[in-house]
Amino acid sequence: MSAQHVDVDATRRARDLLGVSRLTNLALTRWTHGLPGVDQVGLEARAGALGTRSIKAASKAWAIDTAISMIDLTTLEGADTAGKVRGLATRALNPDPSDPSTPSPAAVCVYGDMVATARETLGDSAIRVAAVATAFPSGRASMPVKLLDTRDALAAGADEIDMVIDRGAFLAGRYLEVFDQVRAVKDACTRADGSRARLKVIMETGELVTHDNVRRASWLCMLAGADFIKTSTGKISPAATLPVTLVMLEAVRDWRELTGEMVGVKPAGGIRTTKDAVTFLVAVHEVAGPDWLDNHWFRFGASSLLGDLILQRQRIRIGAYSGPDYVAEDAPSIY
Amino acid sequence: MPTFDYAPAPESRAVVQLQPAYGLFIGGEFVDGSGEAFTTVNPATEEPLAEVAEATTADVDRAVKAARAAYRGVWGRMSGADRGKYLFRIARILQERSREFAVLETLDNGKPIKESRDVDVPLAAAHFFYHAGWADKLEYAGLSGARDGARPRPIGVVGQVIPWNFPMLMLAWKVAPALACGNTVVLKPAETTPLTALLFAQVCQQADLPPGVVNIVTGAGGTGQAIVEHPGVDKIAFTGSTEVGKLIARGIAGTRKRATLELGGKAANIVFEDAAIDQAVEGIVNGIFFNQGHVCCAGSRLLVQESIHDDLVRRLKRRLAQVRVGDPMDKNTDLGAINSSVQLARVQEMAGVGEAEGAQRWAPECALPSRGFWFPPTLFTGVSQSHRIAQEEIFGPVLSVLTFRTPAEAVAKANNTPYGLSAGVWTEKGSRILWMADQLRAGVVWANTFNQFDPTSPFGGFKESGYGREGGRHGLEAYVRPDGSAA
Repeated sequence: MSAQHVDVDATRRARDLLGVSRLTNLALTRWTHGLPGVDQVGLEARAGALGTRSIKAASKAWAIDTAISMIDLTTLEGADTAGKVRGLATRALNPDPSDPSTPSPAAVCVYGDMVATARETLGDSAIRVAAVATAFPSGRASMPVKLLDTRDALAAGADEIDMVIDRGAFLAGRYLEVFDQVRAVKDACTRADGSRARLKVIMETGELVTHDNVRRASWLCMLAGADFIKTSTGKISPAATLPVTLVMLEAVRDWRELTGEMVGVKPAGGIRTTKDAVTFLVAVHEVAGPDWLDNHWFRFGASSLLGDLILQRQRIRIGAYSGPDYVAEDAPSIY
Repeated sequence: MPTFDYAPAPESRAVVQLQPAYGLFIGGEFVDGSGEAFTTVNPATEEPLAEVAEATTADVDRAVKAARAAYRGVWGRMSGADRGKYLFRIARILQERSREFAVLETLDNGKPIKESRDVDVPLAAAHFFYHAGWADKLEYAGLSGARDGARPRPIGVVGQVIPWNFPMLMLAWKVAPALACGNTVVLKPAETTPLTALLFAQVCQQADLPPGVVNIVTGAGGTGQAIVEHPGVDKIAFTGSTEVGKLIARGIAGTRKRATLELGGKAANIVFEDAAIDQAVEGIVNGIFFNQGHVCCAGSRLLVQESIHDDLVRRLKRRLAQVRVGDPMDKNTDLGAINSSVQLARVQEMAGVGEAEGAQRWAPECALPSRGFWFPPTLFTGVSQSHRIAQEEIFGPVLSVLTFRTPAEAVAKANNTPYGLSAGVWTEKGSRILWMADQLRAGVVWANTFNQFDPTSPFGGFKESGYGREGGRHGLEAYVRPDGSAA
């Protein structure tokens, strides 16, 4: 599936969609607050029901390979070194040394200063380099700093930018500010040659707290031009819960009905087991639809998930559990 | 790109030991019936499951006598604390054998295993746990008609007739409160779904329940009639159709017998324009397609505010396309088999009536198995109150969609039915929920949810949906003389 780079002027489109001559905070507030509410009890019940789906045999094998191919293999620590990032990138190239048919993750996700290292190890493979930017994880910096952070990562060779929204601005009701920041970072994702890095917008749903906020933030980010909406930085708990991801999947589904455009979804943080990952894929399948079952439109932000997926993949291949000693691990805890 | 088809994930039926033939459970033993044995089939495959005895008037008489003897001899005079011990024991056994009950229920009834596993059987056990706790506390239950210092006393022998839609759960709703209050029972399960009641009889043996406290007689309408008409029965508890409920009420008129009747429904599920729309869609689906729509309180009439009608129907159709219809034993099945050929014919007939009346019929593309009794999830739009599909209980996976403009109109349409069992209200406005709940003439009003059941919550109808309550403290009142008067 090819990348759909549709050039749109986000502000003009927003004016059209909102039916206003000037995009104001009031107009954005009325629009986002006019979205249907989310009932928490019903949402959690639906998430629970999707969690009881029983995925077996060939479907499970397919789901495991698909999930592996959707991982943004991530390391975002102050203790990151070039050695660790090289290890992570090497593992992305060859996730299971005992089985070369194992698919590679979609991307390696690192801080901006590690982009060049990751790029160098990945060479000309199809694995992308994603960089967190805009004063990740808190987002507490001025706009020039955030834009410079973005351009810096881009210049180092990042294919994708994972930005954070200003949760303080959102919670204070300054929606236009959030909109403008996403739009500005999106503009900064255009390289000198006109090509563009895809922009993932992290809403940090754990700090937005309510599902109504998650729905409103999702729409606001899509309106401002997000290529992906992403749950979390991984630094805040709760991170990627299934109910929150359901709200976001409903948002991208409804956005496509409104505009004809697809936006990706990336739950990140807290998804560690194959069972969790398969449940998320079931949710993608039944809520957003099969078109999203592709790593161009759905990603898992995770570090330990890959190991469990490989363990389960080996189990299917050899018919028995091998154990963690049979899964190569390049980024074990140093503590 | 390969599609994400879910491979079959069938539950194993090895846990169930089916006998070729079952007798009646009278006086703590399985005995032969005098009538002509009948076959119960798996509605998903039409495969015969077992031969089941038919209880005649003479068999029912034996059962009532056994119940009377157990009432006089042991159960009616046993302390509440001791009755509670038996009920707790039964509840625990139900939990321990839950998979066996779930699989057998699905085989005999056709409902999806995920529903029998996650709803019917856990709730049945919960009813026994709940009522076990009341057994020694009836004086403190605050029952209406209670006299100071008087200990509520049991009624005696209770005749219970239950339907085929929730065979095990309805048994629990009936048997648990009756036993907790000190009564003994003669229970007749429906003729198409007798097997879990007969397995429950084995549980009674396993729990060392004194013989005769629970008697189970199988058969069709004639057996039920024999129970209702038996002079030794002090009270009738019936769940089923309004038609039969009326016959029972007429039959016991002028006798000392009491009755509680839980009958049909044509519930309105009312969605306002400010509702949480995605959850409302889930609630509508759960309201009418849970248990193939074989639910007396099913939300079979969708009343949707005209301003969101088109959007809601579009979302509903998209959601229904995701409903997985097929083998009830598959853990991923959402909609199972219609319980019997008779019921299938009724659903088909009513769907035909809907079309003939001019409503627009819609069902998603779904391949139905070639054997067994099947009906796809079906939607009728453009329905009016004057249509039969808006008035009559279909008792199948068929939803009628109507519209309204104002809250007052929604109430008027919701109440414009002879039934009054349940209703649903979907709105983000709390004050409107309270106002609606006050106006709706229905025994249960769900707000932003549907088909939620709990043993602590009373359940029952207004108008032709019956009288009496089951569950909660209110449910106990049907099984005691609160003033302590003698039988």
